[in-house]
Amino acid sequence: MSAFDCVIVGGGIVGAALADVLSAEGVSVALVEARSIGTGTTACGMGHLVAMDDNAAELALTAWSVALWRELAPGLPRTVEYDACGTLWLAADDEEMAAVSAKVANYRAAGVRAEVLDSAALYEAEPALAPGLVGALRVPEDAVLYPPLAARTFALRAQARGARLMTGCPVRELRPGGVVLANGEVLAARHIVLAAGVASPLLCPGLPISPRKGHLLITRRGAPVVHHQLVELGYLKSAHGTDGASVAFNAQPRVTGQLLLGSSRQPGDGTREVDAALLERMLKRAALFLPGLDGLQALRVWTGLRPATPDGLPLLGPHPEKPWLWLACGHEGLGITTATGSARLVADQLLGRASVIDSRPYSPARFLSASGPEVAHA
Amino acid sequence: MREASLKNASVVTLRINGREVTVPVGTSVAAALAMMDSFVSRADLSGRPRGPLCGMGVCFECRATIDGVPEVLMCLTPCREDQTVVTDA
Amino acid sequence: MREVCDLVVVGAGPGGLAAACRAAEAGLDVLVLDAQPEPGGQVWRGEARKGSNRLARRWLTRFSASGARFRPGARVIAAPEPGVLLVEEASSSFAVRYGRAVLATGARERFLPFPGWTLPGVLGVSGLQVLVKDGLPIEGKRVVLAGTGPLLLVAAATIHAHGGEVLYIAEQASAASHWGFALQLWRQPAKLLQGALMSAKLVSVPTSTDAWVTAAEGERRLEAVRLSVRGREEHLHCDYLGAAYGLVPNLEVARLLGCETSAGAVVVDDRLETRVPKVHAVGELLGIGGVDQALVTGALAGLVAAEQPVPLELERSWHRVRTFAAQLARHDAPRAELLRLAAPDTLLCRCEDVPMSALEGCQNLREARLYARLGMGACQGRTCGTAAQALFGWSGEDVRPPCLPARIGSLRLPSDVSSTHTRES
Repeated sequence: MSAFDCVIVGGGIVGAALADVLSAEGVSVALVEARSIGTGTTACGMGHLVAMDDNAAELALTAWSVALWRELAPGLPRTVEYDACGTLWLAADDEEMAAVSAKVANYRAAGVRAEVLDSAALYEAEPALAPGLVGALRVPEDAVLYPPLAARTFALRAQARGARLMTGCPVRELRPGGVVLANGEVLAARHIVLAAGVASPLLCPGLPISPRKGHLLITRRGAPVVHHQLVELGYLKSAHGTDGASVAFNAQPRVTGQLLLGSSRQPGDGTREVDAALLERMLKRAALFLPGLDGLQALRVWTGLRPATPDGLPLLGPHPEKPWLWLACGHEGLGITTATGSARLVADQLLGRASVIDSRPYSPARFLSASGPEVAHA
Repeated sequence: MREASLKNASVVTLRINGREVTVPVGTSVAAALAMMDSFVSRADLSGRPRGPLCGMGVCFECRATIDGVPEVLMCLTPCREDQTVVTDA
Repeated sequence: MREVCDLVVVGAGPGGLAAACRAAEAGLDVLVLDAQPEPGGQVWRGEARKGSNRLARRWLTRFSASGARFRPGARVIAAPEPGVLLVEEASSSFAVRYGRAVLATGARERFLPFPGWTLPGVLGVSGLQVLVKDGLPIEGKRVVLAGTGPLLLVAAATIHAHGGEVLYIAEQASAASHWGFALQLWRQPAKLLQGALMSAKLVSVPTSTDAWVTAAEGERRLEAVRLSVRGREEHLHCDYLGAAYGLVPNLEVARLLGCETSAGAVVVDDRLETRVPKVHAVGELLGIGGVDQALVTGALAGLVAAEQPVPLELERSWHRVRTFAAQLARHDAPRAELLRLAAPDTLLCRCEDVPMSALEGCQNLREARLYARLGMGACQGRTCGTAAQALFGWSGEDVRPPCLPARIGSLRLPSDVSSTHTRES
């Protein structure tokens, strides 16, 4: 039997980032992954590092996380493809444009640089966009990267500091004092962190996490050049505003010269098959913003299952009824962005110290406490 | 025999990277490429030359822009009169 | 645009043609799709124009009289729902709604990486052969062929007949295995005859078993090859090298449709129906077996699709060709030395330029794809994935649409097909 200060279950980007942070603090860590590091939901994300202001808690975590990524960037291998391209939130009409100034104020209050582009400035920045857009919100310090290798970099860094990396190693059970592997081996641990994304409820029944399927498409190299991650502002009202399946325009330049296209959301869909009808809607939406897209060659389409919580915020902190168990899961589509901040928040709590941001909005107790659910939004 | 049949066969003239090539009807663009000075269909990511490999639409080494359509496989495309083939080699 | 048919046949090689003929002759509305400009597949490539092969001539004539419709230059890219295929052509796309499907997608060559294999002038064995058939000027050119099995001799015969100078034929199989295989051909009289005819034309060409290419050399194109011949090294200057080690089935469309595969072949029942109802697989998809197997299984599937009785003789033929296929598989299995030829800087993935050294630490194909970009380029891993399976034993990943690179517009369903499926937010 091996003994660790902390066993992290789940080698996606969140678990790997946590292994990196904890091992740097001298904590003895095992990172246990059923398959390979960073190849599950992590590999199905766009790799967007984006400050999001749906609510104050989301903005606090994403803004801090993007800043942490920026600090890490110089130490990341070139293959992680960190690219501080910034985000353009595109306004299709005056109503959306009117929302931009409020968002600028939000971002600035959270210490995030943001600026308004009028129509002329937008087309100067992105000549490939379809005509008719009225302007955009530019968040210049957002970035993109290649998530599987970011996760692998974290895991290998932890391993170099003595952490035990266990891949191809499914977990059967979490119990006080240890993790039981599928092969029967027990990893004894003072703390256990569950960072298994959509699989988390399998190991901890009752977690309010459900799969939300998303589609991605990548083009061949030599795609038309765009310079920023492009997202429609309507993303917020159209894509997030419903419980049904939905699509929104999201395009991202990759350093390979490829274009990565999203996005779709299918709540409660736990299958991996490409949904042709939804893909069609997603591509139609994208073609509205990028004319000529239909003639561009697609190399691959794939799907991912995002671990969604009811309020869209992750579960970060101790399980209220299982003091030996810590949660770092439920990131939905923001796991890549908030991996850095999530890892720091959980590590700070494990080590009993204060964090840069208030950890309470992400506390699992908002769903799991005996007193019942609370509204966590500040 | 073979020579004679070639001469009797009708021919087509196409342009590969601006150079005219005249070939018998039925010749594939990939085969016509071999009549150029080099048998190069594209450059790899480091700029090194590549040529057709599989001849049957599997390897994608012979992709080129043919009559304005990008990413067409030369090995599956018959030569036609006035065809324009542009490789990225 | 939309096509409707009783039977869609994917692939117009011998298997697809036999299926299409039998079904169309029985009255079915049959649509045949093939990426090539003419029917005949790889093995009968060019026969639609030249017609020197009598068997090909017979089937191609029968096919054109059968009433089956043929769409050349048509690539299946997606299967959005049961009974529907999305197909891309040169500059358009269409959907096919079908009652039954016969998959006859044939096989491709197995390439194994060796230093210099990315030089222009290095092709597959059949790859070089089909380009010669398609008009590549080979007269007076010096050619080395390295590979395995009957295809090596077939290619040599074509190149020889077109005036090429075949300098050397390197057969990777050991002498014992090779001659054992040749003796087994007694059970296949037609094949034996073919083999004898082929070798008669090539009698002056140096040929060796236990021989393979170790490296290709040249600056901007192939100039010379190094061979290992029964343990000693040969160095030959040449213009073209054909090097590939047997065939592997093109399973992508079958796997896209959800057909079960086992040991590199599609699983079928005795009606050649796959585990997906109303979808049949024939020819090389059942395991490499050549023209005879393709014609027999194609005919069988065509009859089944048309709900016609299957003659007992046809069933017997199928069992006979299976025996030959099993022998071929044993003969063609690449020897261990071939799996160790690549140097650390030899590219394995030719699309994304991934060298062997980049795979260090990768445990499976998914890691190699996600960490090193293996198979992430235009051919979608058709070349390197097959090699990686031989080199490392890595099995393939799921096939998702598009199963070939395709224009984004081609992935959009025509409205009359998508109507049952559209969801609104």
